[in-house]
Amino acid sequence: MTKYESFEQDVLVIGAGGAGLRAAIEASDLGMNVGLVCKSLLGKAHTVMAEGGVAAALANVETRDNWKVHFRDTMRGGKMLNNYRMAQIHAQEAPDRVRELEAWGAVFDRTKDGRILQRNFGGHLYPRLAHVGDRTGLEMIRTLQDKTVHSKNVKVHMECTIYKLLTNDGRICGAIGYWRETGRFIVFKAKAVILATGGVGKSFKITSNSWEYTGDGQAIAFEAGADLIDMEFVQFHPTGMIWPLSVKGTLVTEGVRGEGGVLRNSKNERFMFKYIPEIFKKDYADTEDEARRWLDGDKAARRPPELLTRDVVARAINSEFKAGRASTHGGAYLDIASQRDGEYIKRKLPSMYHQFKELADVDITKQAMEVGPTTHYIMGGVKVDGETAQSTLPGLFAAGEVAGGMHGSNRLGGNSLSDLLVFGRRAGMGAAQYVKDLRTTATLKEAEIDTTCKEMLAPMERASGENPYVIVQELQEIMQNHVGIIRNENELSEGLAKIQKLKPRVDNVRVEGGRAYNPGWHQALDLRAMFICSEAIAKAALLRKESRGGHSREDFPNYDKELGKINFVIKKSGPHEMQLVKQPLPEMPADLAELFKGD
Amino acid sequence: METTMSVYRGDKNSGRFVDYKVKQFEGMVVLDAIHQIQAEQSTDLACRWNCKAGKCGSCSAEINGKPRLMCMSRMDQYNDGKPIVVRPLRAFPVIRDLVTDVSWNYEINKKIKPFKPKAKEADGTWRMQQYEVDRVQEFRKCIECFLCQNVCHVLRDHDKKNEFGGPRFLVRAASLEMHPLDTEDRIDMIKDSLGSGLCNITKCCTEVCPESIKITDNGIIPLKERIVDAHFDPVVWLWRKITGKPAQPTK
Repeated sequence: MTKYESFEQDVLVIGAGGAGLRAAIEASDLGMNVGLVCKSLLGKAHTVMAEGGVAAALANVETRDNWKVHFRDTMRGGKMLNNYRMAQIHAQEAPDRVRELEAWGAVFDRTKDGRILQRNFGGHLYPRLAHVGDRTGLEMIRTLQDKTVHSKNVKVHMECTIYKLLTNDGRICGAIGYWRETGRFIVFKAKAVILATGGVGKSFKITSNSWEYTGDGQAIAFEAGADLIDMEFVQFHPTGMIWPLSVKGTLVTEGVRGEGGVLRNSKNERFMFKYIPEIFKKDYADTEDEARRWLDGDKAARRPPELLTRDVVARAINSEFKAGRASTHGGAYLDIASQRDGEYIKRKLPSMYHQFKELADVDITKQAMEVGPTTHYIMGGVKVDGETAQSTLPGLFAAGEVAGGMHGSNRLGGNSLSDLLVFGRRAGMGAAQYVKDLRTTATLKEAEIDTTCKEMLAPMERASGENPYVIVQELQEIMQNHVGIIRNENELSEGLAKIQKLKPRVDNVRVEGGRAYNPGWHQALDLRAMFICSEAIAKAALLRKESRGGHSREDFPNYDKELGKINFVIKKSGPHEMQLVKQPLPEMPADLAELFKGD
Repeated sequence: METTMSVYRGDKNSGRFVDYKVKQFEGMVVLDAIHQIQAEQSTDLACRWNCKAGKCGSCSAEINGKPRLMCMSRMDQYNDGKPIVVRPLRAFPVIRDLVTDVSWNYEINKKIKPFKPKAKEADGTWRMQQYEVDRVQEFRKCIECFLCQNVCHVLRDHDKKNEFGGPRFLVRAASLEMHPLDTEDRIDMIKDSLGSGLCNITKCCTEVCPESIKITDNGIIPLKERIVDAHFDPVVWLWRKITGKPAQPTK
């Protein structure tokens, strides 16, 4: 038998970004003994990189705002494919979650009358994002981190990667993984597990995501028998840095546009006026003059089209590129220097100023930035119940980016930070209730643990084999070129075939060095999850023969009425089999449906 | 263009510098070079990183002797034909290669008493003006890269980790102490547990802060003044003894 360290926990939270931390705090408050696993050090998870703000209808800046408007914006942004109940709970509870952060010490920027300031963002009808300059995520993660540290019975396990969920009798009973520092194995016996592992962006070549984003949660949930949903919907953020090469993909906050930044092409045209979709025409300005009046605070003026939803803006930049009107390095110009004075820009967007100055030699108070789409977020993920955040596998919960349904086919900026607070808390509550209702505990299967340990050691014990980094680079090329922002039948089929051809090579990777802090080995072990998610994305994208939100099909450029009524659910149907099932959208009750009359 | 990187390889027992040749491209940063080495020459070269945009504070190292974030260090600033030397932070024990054991910092953080807000206004909100929060927002920019801890001679040269919490946690304490809503008294904790008296304000920490936080001037010195007021001003001292309330009636 392979040696391993073991821990016993009521609730094991995997992932320590906003959702994981919020879930741990809640479960601890409800009397649970909690284990919190971080793939990196505590406080370094992806939430720390969120910039623009957290969306909540606090109505501090615009009194016309309320949860119904937020709910409507979210559903419209998701092109009505969202799980309406999740979107409703999210819009209703987000304000309390933001106020709670303030009670825990977060210091948001202030309005003139001393309340939490809110800024404009894409797809939000009113200024709705509570923020701290352009480092909102840092403020959130630090607040939650410090709250967690002082919560009862929360044991933090840093630099620990979970490789597999353990089940018995059709329910969750634990998880197995390894310490990055020593490479030793660790087994958690847990009554409930909450996944809060984030997204999949690392499978694409151009991404704003870090090394951690290898789709671990989606993959281990799928392997354990939980369903996935909406995996075809990947968000390509319209504004990533594109030059120099070193920073290609690095995020440029939507806050730049929220604060008045405009997009131009090589002919100096503000091209977004040409790309306003029918459904949004009544809410967006159609002249530069009106957009200017809106920026100056005229409440009768409509919003500038740069603040359309991310899917729309990303596609527009791509279309300008195809029409030969791209910026020098193949993107668009994002210009705030002509809209706001230098001091204002430095105060509201300090990290953008710093980032461009240091890494691209661009002074954003004087010059335009060059930007282009970057893989940023996956709307799909583990299918969960909106009330409890429980997956289809008893005892397994999911919150934040790893969960699917809330955002439909496209997520609005700022709705991720609020999502992870609202559903992080709900997952903590759901898991605690599940544990309290449990009558018997499932036992771990020793044989399964032993097999898993051997599987993890295999890349180190092979006499010869391939470099895992080569496999990753090939996968990233495939996903970028065949399953990227603009898709079609041929590209997707070819991409899927290439993924399937590349996959067997994962079983032949070999790494040098020992078990202690060995990134090559960690990369090798992340491959399995990357392939499961990539395959799921490509397969669902192939089946969805329409364009909707983050999923754009050249060969089916319009909405399909029938497909607008279904989600694709992915189930495990054999040891290595993926089955895609059409599932009708839950029907919205009349009072909510009323909000969309005339759409 | 080819550049030589001289990178520390080793663990807590022993180590040495190994030279690697990397292809340098426009705009490249030191972290790119480390990634290139990992992918093409030595897959087990250990380093930490996450955001690659100066926001997470994971990739701290010493580059040509200067503590810096690798992701924010452009290669072209070192183009003098000499190898670029990258080694792990000196103030913390090496785990492997560029990765150090920074867990001590997380233990110090636990000692700091949490935020304790005053009661809300009648309308259920807390009101604060932007100018009142500017001061703590500066401290809250900290990304916990621990470069300030690494360069502080109390920790680096004298290894007084049992007596001194270091600049990072004095700034953290300041962010709570100067929070307009906070009511907790941390003065004794700052003096005794964090050992603020050991800082002799050489400002080395401020110099290396990638977030340009004025750690010494805006954080540590005002805390030191509060401690002096609380412990050595007889009127305030008596007030604290009798009422048990903080030294600063208004924060």
